[in-house]
Amino acid sequence: MIKVIKDKCVGCGLCAKVCPSSAIKIIDKLAVIDLDKCNLCSACVTACKFGAILIEREELKKDLSSYKGVWVFSEQRNGEIAPVVFELLGKARQLAKDLNTYTGAVLLGYQIKEKTRELIERGADKVFLVDNPVLKNYIAENYSRVITQLLRKYKPEIFLAGATTTGRSLVSRIAVNIHTGLTADCTGLDIDKEKKILIQTRPAFGGNIMAQIITPDYRPQMATVRHKVMPPAGILPQRKGEVIEEKFSEIEDARIKFIDFIKEELSTVNLAEADIIVSGGRGIGGAENFRLIEELAQVLGGAVGASRAAVDAGWIPYFHQVGQTGRTVSPKIYIACGISGQIQHLVGMQSSKLIIAINKDPSAPIFKVANYGIVGDLFEIIPLLIKKIKEIKSS
Amino acid sequence: MQIVVCIKQVPQTTEVKIDPQTNTLVREGVSSIINPFDMYAIEEAVRLKEKFQAKTTVITMGPPQAEAALREALSLGIDNAVHLCDRAFAGSDTWTTSLVLAKAIEKLSPVDLVICGKQASDGDTAQVGPGIASHLDLPQATYVRKIDTIHLDTNPKIMVVERLLEDGYEILELKLPALITVVKEINEPRLPSLKGKLRAKKEVIPAWTHKDIGLSQEAVGLKGSPTQVVKIFTPPPKKGGKIFEGEPQEAVSGLIKEIEDLL
Repeated sequence: MIKVIKDKCVGCGLCAKVCPSSAIKIIDKLAVIDLDKCNLCSACVTACKFGAILIEREELKKDLSSYKGVWVFSEQRNGEIAPVVFELLGKARQLAKDLNTYTGAVLLGYQIKEKTRELIERGADKVFLVDNPVLKNYIAENYSRVITQLLRKYKPEIFLAGATTTGRSLVSRIAVNIHTGLTADCTGLDIDKEKKILIQTRPAFGGNIMAQIITPDYRPQMATVRHKVMPPAGILPQRKGEVIEEKFSEIEDARIKFIDFIKEELSTVNLAEADIIVSGGRGIGGAENFRLIEELAQVLGGAVGASRAAVDAGWIPYFHQVGQTGRTVSPKIYIACGISGQIQHLVGMQSSKLIIAINKDPSAPIFKVANYGIVGDLFEIIPLLIKKIKEIKSS
Repeated sequence: MQIVVCIKQVPQTTEVKIDPQTNTLVREGVSSIINPFDMYAIEEAVRLKEKFQAKTTVITMGPPQAEAALREALSLGIDNAVHLCDRAFAGSDTWTTSLVLAKAIEKLSPVDLVICGKQASDGDTAQVGPGIASHLDLPQATYVRKIDTIHLDTNPKIMVVERLLEDGYEILELKLPALITVVKEINEPRLPSLKGKLRAKKEVIPAWTHKDIGLSQEAVGLKGSPTQVVKIFTPPPKKGGKIFEGEPQEAVSGLIKEIEDLL
């Protein structure tokens, strides 16, 4: 399936260098692939400047022309549509235009009919509504049953959802039911205009590498999309659209029951959806000092984050942890206070649009990814920042 | 009660570096570890074993070297291990990986609980856990931060869990068998004991191929995977930006001037 074309290989070793599985060795100026280690990730194929490595795939010939429309899962809780949905609708309109098809929104819930208007104003041509008391709270099993049926009936060619805790756990179930491909946490979506397929770009290894992924032979092409990466669709108050209401029976999975939702007390702002996040690390020095971080977050209207060091020290709950064993965030502004910038932290925040670091150690790795940095004592710097920002906001 | 833990061997992130000349990932000499989130899955299974005398089995799909991850799980107190090891599995995407793991779990039946880590640190998809649940038609709870209660004397057995969300957590009641994926908050993993290490070393770990789990070669690996990776590239490295040093008042004013328009 993977092979080295001997005439083309010069033994330069670029492939061996990029191989994430250390599966390639250069023996007598020729790349040799250890098939026990290779997982066919294609990093070497991209890296080879001589076109000497090939991964052969059999092409499935299937007629996929009956699949039409770009759909967006309209995640909502208590009747409030998640902001990521509007970002997806903006993208979906673009993709639908390139494919010369319609934009669809799928809305599940209870007594949420009035929300269809909002989706149409944001760019949906058709809203597929399923209103049922069973769907009041999100339950992966019930939601996946309903959406699976909708997809089988209406056959969209693309299905997008936010890469939220809901989106990620739901869409994987659906993709397995339908037997189609799903790409997680995409940061880029484009149409290959010639082949009319979706090119999905996503970070892996915590953003250290990017992968482009396609689903050529199965439909719909499914992807979850990272928050805050794509601009939200604007509102067009007069926009017209169609609401298609569907009723399904037997959608309740009796094996799982929603009991309660408990809101996180400390944060008034949703960490994943926040435009600004202020995070504290080891340099904060203690739980009581997190008040300073909270105050800065508050004046900026942002959320509070933390590094693993601060969470492990018990200064702030795990809920706030950003990084490899916590959350991945990509706000417009990320302010790292007293965080040295270990790789495990960087992978969770380096896709933020603007990074500001405050740290007393000028050699801290966080300064390498920061757009702006202040070297100094955060207990001096942050109060000054708060004061300045308050002045700006009140003027 | 039998619990199956699904784990993955991943490269140690701290050792992954970018070659500044070629702007590519340097993987030479990078050691492999158990995916960090899977350590919490293993620990939770061992705790349930100690509490309820459950039988625990760890499984992984991966190349021959992934056996080391299974041995580590055994040293931490897991009873048995199965290695899904077959060249035909290479190139599996999340759809096929979850199919292979689901078939292995089916073969291990009866299984009451499947525990996975929230996501793997190399792929970051969080898709395999729910994928397994879907293949096996099991109820699921992802991002579990706490198992509140398990009732084993009821029929069916019932479990109440707390599931971490973006703005809080929810409480779910699941009838077993079920699948959960866990986050770091759920426990603090122990270190392996000397006794555990010795036992892990001696244990014979069965290796299963696609035939052992009743799948055709076409259904797994690259052939069975709906998605295809067409390109892998390294994003341009961040260069580091403007640094303000010296007098705090000036530094803050300098920064504010730069970002004022964004606030």
